[in-house]
Amino acid sequence: MATEIQAEMVANVWKVIVAPGDSVAEGDTLVILESMKMEIPVLAEADGTVAELKVAEGDVVQEGDTLLTLT
Amino acid sequence: MESLLVANRGEIARRIIRTAKRLGIRTVAVASDADTDLPYAREADAVVGLGDPAPATSYLAAERILDIAVHYGAQAIHPGYGFLSENADFAETVTNAGIVWVGPDPNAMRAMGDKAKSRKLMAEAGVEIAAGSLEALPDVAAAVAMAREIGYPVMVKATAGGGGIGMSAAFDDEGLRAAYDTARSRAERFFSDPGLILERYVERARHLEVQILGLADGQVVALGVRDCSVQRRHQKVIEESPPANITPDLVDRLSALAIRAGTAVSYRNAGTVETLYDVDRDEVVFLEMNTRLQVEHPVTEMVTGLDLVEEQLRIASGLPPTFDPAVAVNSQGHAIEMRLYAEDSLRFLPRPGTITSWVMPAGPDVRVDAGYTEGNTVSTFYDPLLAKIVVWGADRDEARLRAQIAVDGIEVIGPQCNAAFLAEVLADPEFAAGSYDTGVVSRIIARR
Repeated sequence: MATEIQAEMVANVWKVIVAPGDSVAEGDTLVILESMKMEIPVLAEADGTVAELKVAEGDVVQEGDTLLTLT
Repeated sequence: MESLLVANRGEIARRIIRTAKRLGIRTVAVASDADTDLPYAREADAVVGLGDPAPATSYLAAERILDIAVHYGAQAIHPGYGFLSENADFAETVTNAGIVWVGPDPNAMRAMGDKAKSRKLMAEAGVEIAAGSLEALPDVAAAVAMAREIGYPVMVKATAGGGGIGMSAAFDDEGLRAAYDTARSRAERFFSDPGLILERYVERARHLEVQILGLADGQVVALGVRDCSVQRRHQKVIEESPPANITPDLVDRLSALAIRAGTAVSYRNAGTVETLYDVDRDEVVFLEMNTRLQVEHPVTEMVTGLDLVEEQLRIASGLPPTFDPAVAVNSQGHAIEMRLYAEDSLRFLPRPGTITSWVMPAGPDVRVDAGYTEGNTVSTFYDPLLAKIVVWGADRDEARLRAQIAVDGIEVIGPQCNAAFLAEVLADPEFAAGSYDTGVVSRIIARR
């Protein structure tokens, strides 16, 4: 089952760490968001594989926007 | 000095403008499109628009800001903190243009700017530093050899790093090999500089810092100690002066270290020497020096009665300080500063928004340095600091109780703010007893 990883706040996408097809472990950093001079790492909550990336570095995301999907 | 450009925004720009007005100095503010309605922009004598809010093209646009200063006839530039305040090249360009830089000499800024270089310089000047490398490590074998020599635990840090990124602790050889690889790849990825240093890791540390002033005649004086151990994400939340349960002997040691550090770089103007105090070993080591006015400078002002911005402007103009430097500065009572951030109290995530209601505490011995007011929008472009609430008491308990009342008086509607977290810290038994160290926030969260 695919899990959607969402942004928890309005932010800029500062770094995209993973690429589609990468396998990730629980706790790995997937994307780093930046908002109000703070870097906020988005972590994998479970082991999985990156199915689809929905954002690129420099994008602005709103709260609730999907960043990527994990299977 | 008759006119001053303030190259900053928010609460610190407003605070600098307030002192300038009192001294009869005309102020020029700069404001991006996101900030034109903020109090500081309205209170300045002139405000010049910087357009697009992105920091790189607004408050970091060095050439543009210098042009504005020249065009508006500003005789001096005050950089505040953050943005261009620690940019030595900018300071040099300003000075070369015949404008007074309200800050230290660019050479002192450069000497303190690099982690490895400043450690080496301080060691040479006889300032105590944490045991560890004085230059970038050549490879992982050298790291392991050094860790065995100084003893575990150790901390691996990126030489170009900051804000806790590229820092990893290790407790044995195996852990160090892993920490080294992680730190190196992060340093490469984030700072385009794989340089790493290794330091002894202090497990139970207090973050103690000394306010110094390098006077116009070359003398360096220490104005007391602040405790900034209450931190989340390696950023300070509550600061106090003097530190709780501090002995006169430790104050003397810290002051002597700070004066030695400042003197080693011929420091002029206001600066802060940050140290780590190892609680278990009763040892103080130099951490870094901030070559600018610090966010938490008001706690020092509340106990000394000095106006540090006034002292900065006097030093920059070649004038003596308002006090007699031959006599130790008199410090009275106790001050606590609370940083009100636009962030939630649970995970400390930033929460921007438009302020529909803004009520700040007031009263005797309560000072509020606010960057915003009702109707303003807190944007995502800049740091989340909304206001600093600073209280004074005759002793620490009185200051802490007054701080609790002050926090209860905060009402911000619109962006979420961390007032509940500030109240949680003030009521925490460890904070109340003054027995806390830099691990206190994680313990408070664990106690929830």
